Amino acid sequence: MQGWFFVLILVLTAGALFYVGRSRAVSAVGGDSTLLHSKPGFHGAFVMICGIVPAVLVFFTWLLFSRYLTNAFVASQLGADFANLATIEQQALMRNMRSFANRTDLSALGAIEVNAVEAYRSFVANTALALQAVVAVLVIVGSWFAVRAISKDLRARQIVEKTVMVVLIAASGVAILTTLGIVLSLIFESIHFFQKVNFLDFLFGTHWSPQSAFEGVGEEATGRNSEVFGAIPVFAGTLLITAIAILVAAPIGLMSAIYLSDYASPKLRATAKPILEVLAGIPTVVYGFFAALTVAPFFRNTGEAVGISVSSESALAAGLVMGIMIIPFVSSLSDDVINAVPQSLRDGSAGLGATKSETIRRVILPAALPGIVSALMLAISRAIGETMIVVMAAGLSANMTVNPLEAVTTVTVQIVTLLVGDQEFDSAKTLAAFALGLVLFCVTLLLNVIALRVIQKYREQYD
Amino acid sequence: MSVDANLAATAAQAPADKAGKLKMSGNGVNVFYGDKQALFDVDLNIYKNQVISLIGPSGCGKSTFLRCLNRMNDTIDVCKVTGKIVLDEQDIYDKNIDVVELRARVGMVFQKPNPFPKSIYENVAYGPRIHGMTRSKDELDDLVTSSLRRAGLWEEVKDRLDQPGTGLSGGQQQRLCIARAIATQPEVLLMDEPCSALDPIATAIIEELIDELRANFTIVIVTHSMQQAARVSQKTAFFHLGKLIEEGPTDQIFTNPINKKTQDYITGRIG
Repeated sequence: MQGWFFVLILVLTAGALFYVGRSRAVSAVGGDSTLLHSKPGFHGAFVMICGIVPAVLVFFTWLLFSRYLTNAFVASQLGADFANLATIEQQALMRNMRSFANRTDLSALGAIEVNAVEAYRSFVANTALALQAVVAVLVIVGSWFAVRAISKDLRARQIVEKTVMVVLIAASGVAILTTLGIVLSLIFESIHFFQKVNFLDFLFGTHWSPQSAFEGVGEEATGRNSEVFGAIPVFAGTLLITAIAILVAAPIGLMSAIYLSDYASPKLRATAKPILEVLAGIPTVVYGFFAALTVAPFFRNTGEAVGISVSSESALAAGLVMGIMIIPFVSSLSDDVINAVPQSLRDGSAGLGATKSETIRRVILPAALPGIVSALMLAISRAIGETMIVVMAAGLSANMTVNPLEAVTTVTVQIVTLLVGDQEFDSAKTLAAFALGLVLFCVTLLLNVIALRVIQKYREQYD
Repeated sequence: MSVDANLAATAAQAPADKAGKLKMSGNGVNVFYGDKQALFDVDLNIYKNQVISLIGPSGCGKSTFLRCLNRMNDTIDVCKVTGKIVLDEQDIYDKNIDVVELRARVGMVFQKPNPFPKSIYENVAYGPRIHGMTRSKDELDDLVTSSLRRAGLWEEVKDRLDQPGTGLSGGQQQRLCIARAIATQPEVLLMDEPCSALDPIATAIIEELIDELRANFTIVIVTHSMQQAARVSQKTAFFHLGKLIEEGPTDQIFTNPINKKTQDYITGRIG
């Protein structure tokens, strides 16, 4: 409630400042706004920026640090009583203090906790008041200077444009910083893992069985302990299932894209394309039980009928269903790319007496290749990162096999199983999830780089 | 309407130029785009080894007529063609006609240069390859070379046949498209404003080229430039609002037009 009130005040203030700046600019030139260097609206925006931005920055900086400052204040109030507690007890005290701050009945608490709650309450009330005052002063001072600066020649437009640019930079910075943060956290946790398990054993080990890691903790750990974290079978499973999925999705998706873009009537295309795209909207968990309950048993029964043993959880079932799931990625994007090939090339080819399929094979597809490759790469990234279908249909056993009829496991599935349930967060078993994630990230990054290279190469050749 | 139709009929009856044999002819050609009629009852004869230019203001139907001659209008769903168009005494809208073969015999060069995103060599070799016109690599090489020579592009590109055709300048690209079209050895060459995207120097080169190509091909050219029509063509046909107003020897059309509208157009009063 208080938050909404704050936003409301902010918007109203911003509007008022804009209005003040605008009318001030107009009156500064005696009502003839054509004399101004910048249009009155820019002056309004200028005043608004000067008033609001510093205040908002201060407010968010406070939000960022208030927790630490509060803790420090409470600790100093409690003095030696607090300092004598163990770290865990100190943390518990701080948690209790916050959860009891809004209650009137403090009888359940001990003396030190009651003191803490009281210190906390008074600190929060005082700082809130101080913060409001500081923000208000900043708004007033900032906008006052801005209004003073308004004159005929003030380059308000340049200032506003520059602010817009800064905002845009900040927005793209958020995405980059988030990526950076995720990568760094992966790297740090992986380093912890590689302190426990040999890096090469992890990367090139051929046996994956993290659950048995518990057997070998302590003195007798040694060789066997690092053996169980051999990641190759897991990555082999991912590769196998992804390969099957792409083998299914690439031809079907590409062919349906060609049909949609060059053969189908516009009316049919307008209906068929959205229907195809619905495939992409089906939750993966639905695909998962479709794979586990329909496709996998079908393969097993068919295999039995012809005398081949098929595991009831097979890479084939998971890969096939995953392939169907990513068809719309391939077909929809490829269709857009194929459509973007100029009609003049089609006409040129037809004018030389080429048939439709010759035109597509020899002119359209080569011209659209960079886009098709990137569509395939997107589909592959989806397939590699896909979890739910594989959890349900491919199984958990880390077999090292290229036989699609056996059960395999993938990187994503292993990450899920490693982290599900009550786990110690510093055991090799849970840390292995981060290492797997890091390697998976590197693999997809590599794929993307290769795809970009391919695209660049053909771009240079074709444009 | 009736006056125009009469005039068109008179124009069609004008004595045929004796220099060439009849190659193509349109009889009562009507074209509809959906409900809208774009061409009305056009009769036009095209003679062998001549250049005939189709002139007229924008939207007069000259490009539409051109595209009827190799059935490029087939690619437009709503387009319907009635009447009769004959190539060497064969109705090209007959059910038994193979459109692919027709387009190999009636080649086309477009308004905007549209080289394929392939090498210069592959651009020219495209037609011969799909029609299986050569028996060996050497034969194909010869055909590509001679086509580029006839299109007047050989000297400029002979050292970089493996580079993309899209990397050439606009004028070179258009000559590449002409080389590509003549490599399939068509009998008739249709050109839809081939110089409209080019600068005067490139235009002059292509006009010279058209004059040379006349020895081997029958050429139909659509143009907005009356000077160009006067320079390159032996016969000229003037279209206005979907009707063929007047056709005849180029000299006569430009110096002594029969129809008032033709006169108004060539003197710049309509258009």
